[in-house]
Amino acid sequence: MTTNTQASGYEIVARRDFSDVTYLLEVRHPMLAKAAKAGQFVIVMASEHGERIPLTIADYDRDKGTITLVIQAVGKTTREMQRDLKVGDRLVALVGPMGIPSHIGHAKKVLCVGGGLGVAPVFPQARAFKEAGAYVVGVLGFRNKDLVFWDDKFRAVCDELILCTDDGSAGLKGLVTEGIKQAIAKHPDIEECVAIGPPIMMKGCAEATRPYKIRTMVSLNPVMVDGTGMCGGCRVKIGEVVKFACVDGPDFDGHLVDFDDLMVRLQRFKPTEREANEKFNENCRMRSIPAAAGGAT
Amino acid sequence: METANGPRKKKKTIRMIPQARTPALEQDPKERARNFKEVNCGYRVEDAQLEAERCLMCPDQPCVSGCPVNIAIPDFIRKITDRDYRGAYDVITASNLLPSVCGRVCPQENQCEGVCTVGESLEPVAIGRLERWVGDLAIKEGWSNIPYIEPSGFRVGIVGSGPAGMACAADMAKAGCEVTVYEAFHEPGGVLKYGIPDFRLPNSIVDEEIEKLKQLGVRFECNTLVGRLFTIEQMIEEMGFHAVFIGTGAGYPSFSGIPGENLNGVLSANELLTRCNLMHARDFPNYDTPLQPGKHVVVIGAGNTAMDALRVCLRLGAETVSCLYRRSRAEAPARVEEVHHAEEEGVQFHWLASPVEILGDERKNVRAVRCVRMVLGEPDDSGRRRPVPEPGSEFEIETDMMVYAIGTNANPIIGQTSRLELNKRGYIATDENLATSIPGVFAGGDIVTGAATVIQAMGAGRRAARSMKAFLGLRDTDSVYQERPGGAAGSLFGIDPAERGYARVRSPR
Repeated sequence: MTTNTQASGYEIVARRDFSDVTYLLEVRHPMLAKAAKAGQFVIVMASEHGERIPLTIADYDRDKGTITLVIQAVGKTTREMQRDLKVGDRLVALVGPMGIPSHIGHAKKVLCVGGGLGVAPVFPQARAFKEAGAYVVGVLGFRNKDLVFWDDKFRAVCDELILCTDDGSAGLKGLVTEGIKQAIAKHPDIEECVAIGPPIMMKGCAEATRPYKIRTMVSLNPVMVDGTGMCGGCRVKIGEVVKFACVDGPDFDGHLVDFDDLMVRLQRFKPTEREANEKFNENCRMRSIPAAAGGAT
Repeated sequence: METANGPRKKKKTIRMIPQARTPALEQDPKERARNFKEVNCGYRVEDAQLEAERCLMCPDQPCVSGCPVNIAIPDFIRKITDRDYRGAYDVITASNLLPSVCGRVCPQENQCEGVCTVGESLEPVAIGRLERWVGDLAIKEGWSNIPYIEPSGFRVGIVGSGPAGMACAADMAKAGCEVTVYEAFHEPGGVLKYGIPDFRLPNSIVDEEIEKLKQLGVRFECNTLVGRLFTIEQMIEEMGFHAVFIGTGAGYPSFSGIPGENLNGVLSANELLTRCNLMHARDFPNYDTPLQPGKHVVVIGAGNTAMDALRVCLRLGAETVSCLYRRSRAEAPARVEEVHHAEEEGVQFHWLASPVEILGDERKNVRAVRCVRMVLGEPDDSGRRRPVPEPGSEFEIETDMMVYAIGTNANPIIGQTSRLELNKRGYIATDENLATSIPGVFAGGDIVTGAATVIQAMGAGRRAARSMKAFLGLRDTDSVYQERPGGAAGSLFGIDPAERGYARVRSPR
């Protein structure tokens, strides 16, 4: 069903599976790799009948001319991509970089927090801060040891790294907020924090840093269609103002974001999503192809 | 038919022509309100013949100046009466490459038909329907007009593949430029594709017209977000474009700021239409984009976009579809024909009503909208009477989907990423020739004027093309025989030596 026969589109040059649900795609697009900056995102369509899904750029390699996306298979589209996409296949659409790049200031000491899938998009920010000369403390959170990925990449750009797992199977036992507390206790001079992950985790991070008045930037990924400011589906409440995450963000001041509103709005298509997922499950059962067709590299 | 030696045909008078406008076949309102097929089925050849007879061929030709792209309207109508249909197509395409689109979506009542001489005493000639008929016939017959194009060596970049960009692209390609059109979506066409629904303008027609641009040598590059992938400055300085046109449209939909707008089920008309039209959400789950159509839909606003949203919701199976507008029907900005069509299909109109609060249920889904009745007071800046709320007149309408169609603001992307000067409302600032603050960069359409119509955007695209040709020193065929104000002094046989459009061999570098 993927349109891997057509010559147009954007070629997948590498794939890696981190776990049952998390996978990485490296896609060739030299111009995009050249333009991409930390904090920006792309919109992807896997097939002609597909939907447009926004994904934060997890990494880019200007020499190779590729960008890296880390995807969690949750909805029908991302599960289908997980099942079908192989190295050599082509995405029918890939547009970006979208959004305002993250502001990498001159903070001397920063905290880069990634939770779950959010670990991937916080990486370019950690690297950018490192390149800007900052002392970087990384805090990564996963549910358990099996889901851990990219800790090696982070060690290369962080001066300190705190790994947290919910069950304690690796690193510190507890949520990233535990890690944040430890980091702040050790480094009271942390000037800035970047937190990316599920909305509930970013909300927790914002609350953890609020008493210390540490500027905390979060990256929002609400429902959107075009990603160019045209549909307004991605509107988010920042203090008293309504902003469009696609063109006014995706980075916002975590202390001002109305996370409850964001979480409600993310539920918007739940009924349809369920329907699509059920239909997809049915189709999968009908197919006798092994599910692991993609294969890890 | 008259001949050189035969007696000249007597001048037509108003009493000689068919008195009534030839009706076009339309789908029955009850039936069409449930499908996405075109409402207006268009003229048959006999209808076109009959309607063409109604043109008086008056010497003033007010229709030509009433047309934003100045189509030689009486000339093409005469070709229809002469049964030279190909000739009619040639006349139209000399000014407008997209007759099938414009024949459908132009507000002719305010343009060519609004000033038609016949219209002074009878209903005006149905110019739009005739134009559409010619355009559709051309598609059916596979006609296209590919003029002999002498490459000029110039490269032109166009940002946005909507009506403004397409019109500019066509003119620059005809002037021999190598034209590349960039589009952020995965398909070209802009608002003609994502916005205007199929029952008013089928996407297949848009594709046919885009095909004609490709035959002129225009290249379309989709999935390209100019400003972010590369900037306007880079196009001029690094990518080798000699001139750039920006026609990105307004985008950025407005909301009114009343409580409850972030409830689920409240969305912009742009989002509704894009999901339905471009992303095919109406065929969910065959297409992956979801929509969750409402059963009781309320649309705020009464422009053409509002009418499209209302009628799309009917077709998606809504039980009731209501329009809220704070002024009266007379002030509604939509085309009369669109309001009429919506009424026929069963849309309920609440004129002089404005929302004050959107109410949600415990799961934060929209449940109802509280409105207030308005009365019209003194005229405001726009000359329309200002609506004022009537105290104590609040009422509620139950709804599970609220659609905002109250206009758009300037899209910020180009402003964020270039040093182009903007006006105080955030739109791109241009001079009267549509030149921006960066030499060689022109802009037109909604990103300059704010939301307007398809044909106004096309008019702007053509105007920018004219300025671009002057900037590049290319001969503009429109002004070939115009006398230079300063006489022939300093010119070569009346041709300005600075012009580069007359020599066969030249280099832009």
